[in-house]
Amino acid sequence: MYLYSLTLQQATGIVCAINGNFVGGKSQEIVVARGKNLDLLRPDEAGKIQTLHSVEVFGAIRCLAHFRLTGSQKDYVVVGSDSGRIVIMEYHKEKNCFHKLYQETFGKSGCRRIVPGQYLAVDPKGRAVMIAACEKQKLVYVLNRDTAARLTISSPLEAHKSHTITYSITGVDCGFDNPIFAAIELDYSEADQDSTGQAAAEAQKHLTFYELDLGLNHVSRKWSEPIDNGANLLVTVPGGDDGPSGVLVCAENFVIYKNQGHADIRSVIPRRADLPAERGVLIVSAATHRQKSMFFFLLQTEYGDIFKVTLEHKREEQDRVHVTELKIKYFDTIPVTSAMCVLKTGFLFAASELGNHALYQFQAIGDGDDVEASSATLMETEEGFQPVFFQPRGLKNLVRIDHIASLMPIMDMKVMNLFEEETPQIFTLCGRGPRSSLRILRPGLAISEMAVSQLPGVPNAVWTVKKNVSDEFDAYIVVSFPSGTLVLSIGETVEEVSDSGFLDTTPSLAVSLLGDDSLMQVHPNGIRHIREDGRINEWKTPGKKTIVKVGSNRLQVVVALSGGELIYFEMDMTGQLMEVEKHEMPGDVACLDIAPVPEGKQRSRFLAVGSYDNTIRILSLDPDDCMQVLSVQSVSSPPESLLLLEVQASTGGEDGADHPASVFLNAGLQNGVLFRTVVDMVTGQLSDTRSRFLGLRAPKLFKAIVRGRQAMLCLSSRPWLGYIHQGHFLLTPLSYETLEFAAAFSSDQCAEGVVAVAGDALRIFTIERLGETFNETVIPLRYTPRKFVLQPKRKFLIILESDQGAFTAEEREAARKECLEAAGIGENGNANNGDQMENGGGGADDEDKEDPLSDEQYGYPKAESDKWVSCIRVLDSKTGNTTCLLELQDNEAAFSACTVNFHDKEYGTLLAVGTAKGLQFWPKRSFAAGYIHIYRFIDEGKSLELVHKTQVDGVPLALCQFQGRLLAGIGSVLRLYDLGKRRLLRKCENKLFPNMIMSIHTYRDRIYVGDIQESFHYCKYRRDENQLYIFADDSVPRWLTASHHVDFDTMAGADKFGNVYFVRLPQDVSDEIEEDPTGGKIKWEQGKLNGAPNKVEEIVQFHVGDVVTCLQKASLIPGGGECIIYGTVMGSLGALLAFTSREDVDFFSHLEMHMRQEHPPLCGRDHMAYRSAYFPVKDVIDGDLCEQFPTLPPDMQRKIADELDRTPGEILKKLEDIRNKII
Amino acid sequence: MQASDRFNINSQLEHLQAKYVGTGHADLNRFEWAVNIQRDSYASYIGHYPLLAYFAIAENESIGRERYNFMQKMLLPCGLAPEREED
Repeated sequence: MYLYSLTLQQATGIVCAINGNFVGGKSQEIVVARGKNLDLLRPDEAGKIQTLHSVEVFGAIRCLAHFRLTGSQKDYVVVGSDSGRIVIMEYHKEKNCFHKLYQETFGKSGCRRIVPGQYLAVDPKGRAVMIAACEKQKLVYVLNRDTAARLTISSPLEAHKSHTITYSITGVDCGFDNPIFAAIELDYSEADQDSTGQAAAEAQKHLTFYELDLGLNHVSRKWSEPIDNGANLLVTVPGGDDGPSGVLVCAENFVIYKNQGHADIRSVIPRRADLPAERGVLIVSAATHRQKSMFFFLLQTEYGDIFKVTLEHKREEQDRVHVTELKIKYFDTIPVTSAMCVLKTGFLFAASELGNHALYQFQAIGDGDDVEASSATLMETEEGFQPVFFQPRGLKNLVRIDHIASLMPIMDMKVMNLFEEETPQIFTLCGRGPRSSLRILRPGLAISEMAVSQLPGVPNAVWTVKKNVSDEFDAYIVVSFPSGTLVLSIGETVEEVSDSGFLDTTPSLAVSLLGDDSLMQVHPNGIRHIREDGRINEWKTPGKKTIVKVGSNRLQVVVALSGGELIYFEMDMTGQLMEVEKHEMPGDVACLDIAPVPEGKQRSRFLAVGSYDNTIRILSLDPDDCMQVLSVQSVSSPPESLLLLEVQASTGGEDGADHPASVFLNAGLQNGVLFRTVVDMVTGQLSDTRSRFLGLRAPKLFKAIVRGRQAMLCLSSRPWLGYIHQGHFLLTPLSYETLEFAAAFSSDQCAEGVVAVAGDALRIFTIERLGETFNETVIPLRYTPRKFVLQPKRKFLIILESDQGAFTAEEREAARKECLEAAGIGENGNANNGDQMENGGGGADDEDKEDPLSDEQYGYPKAESDKWVSCIRVLDSKTGNTTCLLELQDNEAAFSACTVNFHDKEYGTLLAVGTAKGLQFWPKRSFAAGYIHIYRFIDEGKSLELVHKTQVDGVPLALCQFQGRLLAGIGSVLRLYDLGKRRLLRKCENKLFPNMIMSIHTYRDRIYVGDIQESFHYCKYRRDENQLYIFADDSVPRWLTASHHVDFDTMAGADKFGNVYFVRLPQDVSDEIEEDPTGGKIKWEQGKLNGAPNKVEEIVQFHVGDVVTCLQKASLIPGGGECIIYGTVMGSLGALLAFTSREDVDFFSHLEMHMRQEHPPLCGRDHMAYRSAYFPVKDVIDGDLCEQFPTLPPDMQRKIADELDRTPGEILKKLEDIRNKII
Repeated sequence: MQASDRFNINSQLEHLQAKYVGTGHADLNRFEWAVNIQRDSYASYIGHYPLLAYFAIAENESIGRERYNFMQKMLLPCGLAPEREED
């Protein structure tokens, strides 16, 4: 079996982010690393985050830094990854890509302890960069420029220190003196030797300054001083003319200012009042804002509170700057971030650790009245420093203006078609704690509806026209009804007008702008040409013939009369529409289209005509061979609609690489297929045909504009958009209802919209988030979701949610009331606030009141680690309503569930839920008790009722129905239960599993058990002897995170380290076991090497590079082949499709091989080594690498295509075809 | 050091041990071996962000806190060293 791996949704979580001027010029951009992807983002004028570029690097990006050479206008990006190399790159605006300038190898690949790549620090003046490992190694590269002002890099200078752990590094701002890097270090050598524990207790973290002597080209340890043992993060303090230089050391509970030759300035970090005393406060992310006159830092704690840190400093003699005070002031609270970026334009980009990212705008910079801790008021008592308390409040300084959806982490996923739509939906459980959600993903682009208005009848067509070619916006919307035409003018409002010159007593066939400033209306009886000065020229059809079809561009018009006569008009120099040529077609014309006039030309050369005899002809419009047939294409069904579209995969700019434009003839056929073929610009020959089934109705094709480029709307049983995104032509469905007719729409309020008619309504909408594969519907949940199951009859979802270290809903409510009251008392001194509080207090039960402390923003208050909260939710997926929510009591948490039909059928379908009480992971895994709850569905499945609860001697992590009984994996025991009146009854068990059972699948009499550390075990149940036994297992220790049953002998699994693999029982062994009357039992009793007698074979192995948490076999398109869909912790979705022909396998493996050679990954990790990071990759072809083929320069594409005996076009078509098989 | 010493197997080993932390030797005891493995594991957890996130979700801590905890554990990953036996 060979598989094609394709990422459907790239990772949505963010590892790290930096901001700077990467494009060059005034605008600020953000570079974010999403694990294996590198994205360039930019907030636009409207405050929406746009993705300029996204590239997969096939490696794990661990840190990013940026620097600028003095006098330069552009920032370079430095990437620390698992490649054992440092990579410096810049963004090329013209080619829209990151260009690698330097790639310096320094060590082995992989995320290792002593190989640098974990930390990066740059000198603020851009003269040097330091790259460091967790332990020992630090390398410094000197950056310089050559005579041509190009960046140069030196060989590395070592700043190693053995037996030393590094926590954080940063560049110290010391103006133009020798560059200095600061590091938090901890020496463990003595602690390792000392058995008394004294050395370990005395181990002290140090802040060390490394000086790079530019003259001697040498790095030396300049200064090292003990610091607080809770130190974890360093932040550079501006130096030179701007500030005092030095660093802020963020430690647990403290922020300390340190510099060489300067006394420590220490201040406590304020604590939330409800925080348990034993918990510290740790800074997890930091951002600096610098202006000419001032600077401040924003530090975020692990609970989400942001503090503004300012330094009071004064300049003393000899230009020394002395810091007198360090102030920490509560700023605002936002969800915990992995990185924050303060943009010069007044935005704060917050990359959330888990859940949606957000863009905030600064309303104020924290000058208001808030809790503040200062070094000046620091109180030291006998028990240590006196803490300062605060209460989080609503946002005061920030206001959220945009968010980027993030699925991180996907905890569970199911692909089902619950809504009976054309394609199945993907149900994912995402997020953690109060930000948890159920997200329903549908393939397609999201749209946002701007307006819907009812029309007086059922329209059959709509157009938009400008009054002048140079106008930016459309002037009229023209709607045609079976008996008339309605003209709407677009201004501040859209209203009907009658002075437009259009004939309103007849239906229209086409309305467009002609020449520079005249309008044309084609109706069944003629053409009405409305000149700019109001003169109207009419052309009438000869005899009783009527016009049936029209094709036009700005200068040419072709009409088809009933009977098959074509009449060709051209606009002459005086702006008159002149008849040029007539042509008789063999039969009625089904559709026609003229290509747009090429720039600088008089006319377009091609007319495409579709006939009912299943052919499409290309006719010439040149005066020399006017109406000559240039080429004929036969198609599978009569064409309904034609569109000649210039696909300019780009001429540079910010989107796409260098590719020549080509004209595509698109045809919507009556059997619902969209047919695309390339038109040769010179001869008019058609070549390279592609077809795709779009829906049950014949697609109607319309021009649209997407990001200033030509795009295509295809209206079948659902609407589709064909557009260019980052060099690829994508054809994606829109998540919208069926539309009849559409036109591009541009107005003041919406630059690139679409106006469409459906039923008797006129709809105006815009298409959002281009480039995304899925759009989502979000249903919020209460706690971290763990698993969900489907109630088979009623299609309700049963979701298990549980959180460790949180208070129950009642406790939280009580605490909140208390804190609101406390706040009321505290603010009663202020008369104005007092009134408000009274109102607030009185309306505490009022649901409409805006929540002052929404958990989503502030998180749940922390409780002790042995406290658990958990609930079982029954959710009606259609309405998104929760019909039943059971909160578990007494620190019980639900982990597993299944629906089960016991064979006595007394109750019908029951729900089994496995729970653990008081579960703890540290210092050792322990729990108070485990239970299996049995629930009965009542109220037509809307609600649950407890039947009974059985205590078990382990944590039941896996449950499954098996032959009318319940199979449970309880710790390392597999047990079969039957339903009793008061409790579950043990029937049979097997205790031979190595660690902990985390998944059970069954098929016929086989049971496939997944162990948390040791992969799959294949078992059998013998009813006559009532025995469960293992007949085969895996020879590789796999830390399973997800599993799926593929077929009788095959299982798919994923491990903790980011690998997906398939194992299969060899055919002969499988046959032997099935034929053996003892079912291999005699052999089982013998065993082999402490394991089962038979071993499964690994048939597929692939490193995804992300922890896969769920796997499922599903088909995402109607009639498409099934593939394995997976979801990951970083919030990405991918698919593995099995190849059906040997030929395809050969083609793609060769393409992959050439891509590996010609296009090595951006961050320097070898592609093959990456995909084989833990086990050698086996029989999987990386589609993500193959899909980078269109981004190669054309000569490289040709070279690879030649090697494969194909043309680049054929390769693109192959790539498109295989993608279309998946989604 | 004499020229012949450079090719001596012992000096080569010493060189390796100095350069690559964790290179074993004949007298390596159980504790030293375990300490090494644990430190390698923690470094790997810190380096692989998805894995770090996975742990953070399991323990309901922030990812930043989880990273700090793992760093802290690198000091004494296996508890105190056993008492040395007298030679």
